Amino acid sequence: MTEEKYMIEVKHLVKNYGENEVLKDISFNVAQGEVLSIIGPSGSGKSTLLRAINQLETIEGGEVIICGDTLYKEGLSLTPDQKRKIQLHNGLVFQDFNLFPHMSLKKNITEALIYVLKKDKAEADEIALSLLDKMGLKDRADSYPSQLSGGQKQRVSIARALALKPNVLWFDEPTSALDPELTGEILKVIKDLAKEKMTMVVVTHEMSFARDISDRVIFMDEGLIAEKGTPYEVFENPKNPRTIQFLNRFEG
Amino acid sequence: MSSLLIPMLEGTLVSIKIFLFTLLFSLPLGLLVERGKRSKIWIVRKLINLYIMIMRGTPLILQLIFVYFAPYYILGTSFNRLNAVIFAYVINYAAYFAEIYRGGIQAIPKGQYEASKVLGLTKAHTFTHIIFPQVVKEILPAMGNEVITLVKDTALAQTIGVAELFRVAQTASARQFATTPLFIAGVFYFVMNAGVSKLFDIAEMKLNYYGKA
Repeated sequence: MTEEKYMIEVKHLVKNYGENEVLKDISFNVAQGEVLSIIGPSGSGKSTLLRAINQLETIEGGEVIICGDTLYKEGLSLTPDQKRKIQLHNGLVFQDFNLFPHMSLKKNITEALIYVLKKDKAEADEIALSLLDKMGLKDRADSYPSQLSGGQKQRVSIARALALKPNVLWFDEPTSALDPELTGEILKVIKDLAKEKMTMVVVTHEMSFARDISDRVIFMDEGLIAEKGTPYEVFENPKNPRTIQFLNRFEG
Repeated sequence: MSSLLIPMLEGTLVSIKIFLFTLLFSLPLGLLVERGKRSKIWIVRKLINLYIMIMRGTPLILQLIFVYFAPYYILGTSFNRLNAVIFAYVINYAAYFAEIYRGGIQAIPKGQYEASKVLGLTKAHTFTHIIFPQVVKEILPAMGNEVITLVKDTALAQTIGVAELFRVAQTASARQFATTPLFIAGVFYFVMNAGVSKLFDIAEMKLNYYGKA
């Protein structure tokens, strides 16, 4: 198996907060077009893992390769420019959206298109409008984030991430900040993206969603991958007692 | 009456000049001081903290006298009076502004930096286009307070003999044995600050086009 096959390769990743080891020897790969869900109890390290790979946390050991570019490896040091280039392989959708409140929805999307990808304004606007259209928000292009519902905000933040044409789209508990009746609209967007063969990694609490949509599931516990496999293997036939215990709480 | 009003208008112009030059230099300097307060270098942080403590912990009138007279003792010469006033006010107000900026910057959620970072925006662009515009909205009320105080603080410039509005009024008042010139000066300050308040109201209104996301 050649290395280029994978969009994301993580080998023996370690992350500490001082003495406290929050990620201990994490290894996994993400293939092109694959949807991977990461589940696990709070504090298991799943969000930290996503944040570390998206350069929002430091990494203390192991190796991380993103679309063929090494982000972390012992002894490797990258310039801010190189790091920024690697980050552009990834798109990240946050739990609490993190839209820019002082910018219109359109501007939220065009800002990086213009200043990072150096597109001219007309082209950036066109991309923004077509993505807002795709998210069902075309008529809200000139609205501001505070005027939207949580679900709408999350759709804008997905559009903002997609605009830069990332190779892998990461979601950090994308429905956790939403009212239950609004989670459906976000899950539908992610499902549609999966149909388009977008490579995605979803950190989520939505078990049924993880089961429906994922090609593979990782169950994390106490900074380790306790179980990984197809949704069938993890949900229907778990081997690790921690997984069984965790899943039982959702069966109820 | 006009023999009183013309010198007073001239004095007002001097006051406005002090006001505008102080703002022109202290607003950006305050931002630099705020940045220094967060420096990675220990000694820079300590020095900036000491500077802010002195500026906020001693009377402005004393700082003004010090800035004007200390160079005489050390160099045998000093600034011209107006420049000394502006210099003293700039370093004093920059310290206050730095603290106001700090409050505003701290009020911006960490997620704004994180979103900028994952979108590939540079640190400089993130500050100028994402963070700072939100800081401005955040700090406007506190800035309004400070700027109004500055209008009134220009009256202290008389301490080192600058012929600003208050000094002109005082001189006239002494000459005429009447308090009328002082009362008129009060009206002048009031009108200037009514203008400043109005400008801040307009700015706040203009920035109300968005709410917290």
